[in-house]
Amino acid sequence: MTTQHPVIEISKVKKVYSMGTNKVFALRGIDLTVERGEMIAVMGTSGSGKSTLMNILGCLDVPTEGSYTLDGIRVDGMSRNDLADLRNAKLGFVFQGFNLLARTSAIENVELPLLYDRTGRKLDTKKLAAESLTRVGLGDRLDHQPSELSGGQQQRVAIARALVTQPTLLLADEPTGNLDSRTTVEVMALFQELNDQGISIVLVTHEPDVAQYAKRIVDVRDGHIIRDHPVVDRRCAADDLRELDAARTADDAERDASLVEAA
Amino acid sequence: MKQSTLMKIASTSILKNKMRTLLTMLGIVIGVGAVIVMVAIGNGAQSQIKAQIGGLGTNLIVVMPGSTTPGGVNQGAGSYSKLTVDDAKLLKQNGTLFSLVSPVVNTRMQVINGQSNWKTNISGVSTDYPDIRNWTTSSGSFFGDDDVQASHKVAVLGQTVVDNLFPNSNPIGAQIRIGSVPFTVVGVMQAKGQNAGGQDQDDAVLVPYTTAQTRLSGNVRIPQILVSTDSADQMATAQEEVSGIMRDAHRLDGAPDDFTVKNQTEIADAMSSTTKVMSGLLAAIASISLVVGGIGIMNIMLVSVTERTREIGIRMAIGARGSDVLTQFLVESIVMSVLGGIIGLAVGFGGAAILGHFTGWATSTPLSAVAIAVGFSGAVGMFFGYYPARKAAGLNPIQALRYE
Repeated sequence: MTTQHPVIEISKVKKVYSMGTNKVFALRGIDLTVERGEMIAVMGTSGSGKSTLMNILGCLDVPTEGSYTLDGIRVDGMSRNDLADLRNAKLGFVFQGFNLLARTSAIENVELPLLYDRTGRKLDTKKLAAESLTRVGLGDRLDHQPSELSGGQQQRVAIARALVTQPTLLLADEPTGNLDSRTTVEVMALFQELNDQGISIVLVTHEPDVAQYAKRIVDVRDGHIIRDHPVVDRRCAADDLRELDAARTADDAERDASLVEAA
Repeated sequence: MKQSTLMKIASTSILKNKMRTLLTMLGIVIGVGAVIVMVAIGNGAQSQIKAQIGGLGTNLIVVMPGSTTPGGVNQGAGSYSKLTVDDAKLLKQNGTLFSLVSPVVNTRMQVINGQSNWKTNISGVSTDYPDIRNWTTSSGSFFGDDDVQASHKVAVLGQTVVDNLFPNSNPIGAQIRIGSVPFTVVGVMQAKGQNAGGQDQDDAVLVPYTTAQTRLSGNVRIPQILVSTDSADQMATAQEEVSGIMRDAHRLDGAPDDFTVKNQTEIADAMSSTTKVMSGLLAAIASISLVVGGIGIMNIMLVSVTERTREIGIRMAIGARGSDVLTQFLVESIVMSVLGGIIGLAVGFGGAAILGHFTGWATSTPLSAVAIAVGFSGAVGMFFGYYPARKAAGLNPIQALRYE
């Protein structure tokens, strides 16, 4: 039944913040529909309203005006508790700063959303968490703490945590902002792989390179969507990764050769 | 959320900050420890006093003559008393709530054994006397009913009298003289020591009251009747029954009592209420430190909420409700303070034992104090943990996630 709904359907969404007597219009009327299986990049400079849009899509905030339907459920006007339950049931978050709990093992971090599950559908939380970590390629790092993992690995743990509840939508807010270029490609490869498996993804970024891995780009400026277009020349992160590896091997070979020469 | 999950979340975060948890608990540990030590001391003093009073006699009711000093002139021993041996007999016959009755005839006379002599209190009593006073013989035996019936000249000596008259020999069977009357020693009472007033209770000679009346004092009137009730709970009703029997015996018929009835519980109550006030005061002072400990918990929890703002944001983003966060922090502070309370109990018991060992004070802690201390520390955790937990639950997830 639910497959008939678009994942996200927002129309005429406005968000106004009151700062004393001043009113700040963060969103000035946005319409956006995300179909199942899409991978969308939301782009914009800081102050464009993309973070506000992200917060509303993530059910962390409610629009001042307009309607928001997530997987067939009207979100605008919901109570705080209902929003929390909805986030738990339908959404997976990936943040720029990873946002893992410190001094807490990878598996416990991934297990966390299941502990707040109110539907009682997730019983063997440890097993599900381990499966999710295996899915992102960290099956051998279950008991490592965030401080013992690299940035890329930490972001994978965060992705595993987002996936463990089998969400309708994965929301990624600048997921590669804290990563070097190679790890960025690695993480994007993981996102593309998950998207290929049917998971809908919305990611916010200001890097055009990263946006090229998505299927569709939405440009936001001054609270409006100024452009909404499919990606023409979509890049495949897995291919890029192979290229990078090949280049590195070549570099290494060259360096080794020069070292041999010098000797 | 499941109970076990909640406990797990709370205990993990407590264990992750061991040092801080320990220091936070310290306030409660000291608070509960202090309460336990203070209650132990107060309670020990109370029970010590009770034991001392109990030593005077168990469930004792004393019937004494009323104040009959007309014109303020004291009528002197024997002449003022309207109590008689018959009153004692009537009490013994008619009493339902008590079975032990003994008249007491007191005189002070010289007791002589050969070369030694000693002035002491001679008490003429009945065979119920040892049971009333909770006092047994250490050697020989107490005189019997036939000795009382026949006014036999037999005596039972207190330990002090034995020490003075028979320093090196066995007094049982020996002949002594009280005044000029020869008596046979049949028994020696167990050493009882001083009473609460500092009087040496062993400095006494006990003889049948009949013998005392006819051979020693010559008085028909007696200064005291001792009655012992069967159970401590019936003290008040037994006292009324004694009064009733006495009034009938004296045919008072509306006239005021010509006797007074007193019991030990009055004295005991006065004493123990004093110590109760004292131990209450000590506990009150000690509980101040418990409150201070609670404020310590609140302080740490507030810091912890600020420090863990991001964590709270993450938990909320992945679906924790405000109430989940509230319960988590509340459970954390309650667990910490109850744990502190339990450690405090151990510290308190240890402290009381050490104190008791070095000062020689009697200490005892009632079980109720244990329950109250643990319950109260839990309440402290809940009370002082609520505000920080409330603060955590009210955080905006967006701002909490951005918090640096």
